[in-house]
Amino acid sequence: MAGDRFSYNLDSTLETVDRAEQTASRIASETGFDEDEVMQIAMAVREAAVNAVLHGNAYDPEKKVALEFERTTRDLVITIRDQGKGMDMARIPDPLSPENLLKTSGRGIFLIRSFMDDVEIHPSSTGTEIKLIKHVHGMTEGGKEASQ
Amino acid sequence: MNLKVSTRQVDGVSIVDCSGRITLGEGSVVLRETVKDLLSKGQKKILLNLGDVNYIDSSGIGELVSAYTTVKNQGGELKLLKLTKKVHDLLQITKLYTVFDVKDDEAAAVKSFR
Repeated sequence: MAGDRFSYNLDSTLETVDRAEQTASRIASETGFDEDEVMQIAMAVREAAVNAVLHGNAYDPEKKVALEFERTTRDLVITIRDQGKGMDMARIPDPLSPENLLKTSGRGIFLIRSFMDDVEIHPSSTGTEIKLIKHVHGMTEGGKEASQ
Repeated sequence: MNLKVSTRQVDGVSIVDCSGRITLGEGSVVLRETVKDLLSKGQKKILLNLGDVNYIDSSGIGELVSAYTTVKNQGGELKLLKLTKKVHDLLQITKLYTVFDVKDDEAAAVKSFR
């Protein structure tokens, strides 16, 4: 199970968002996460894919979304990369603050951070890369199930 | 499964039975159009039955907020009925559970409208 890597190069469409979610759900399930964790991982990937397709690539048919899954003995690491102008981190709102509570958008990154163990966001002028990490539970460093 | 809705009237309250997913794209549009259609008919007491909604993404949450504020701004009330655990948890972590009036019992929910 450990050490696998899967890569996809996807169009900037809504179908990509659904496909990314479904692929994440399948791989998370195969990795041994429980039902709630699978849902959380799939939702985090969906939200990251939405950001890449809508805000990053802005549905541009010339731009692609790169999606990569890597399973190590410790983690499931998912990387989503767009070819947009780069996310402006200063403009990510706090959706829990009273003035933002009734806004109709701006919850995607918050949900991603809520559902994953670690989240790294690397914006640049050639696009944004977001890395989502979920620790694999019950596994030792050697990749065998913990005896307890 | 995309969102499916059907609307019924109970004691002056429009109950919108939703099933499926409220997500970016079709699901959000279906909900938006349903609420818009009810408001255009002057039906401003709206109860969204989410008992069969098993998934909402951030766009779907935004659509619920939009529906809530749109109805409220027109002098109406929008309440939520029968949240699944997943939807309940999402509204909790986004602090929206206290914004929405959430009910578990349909009859009591209908009576609660002014």
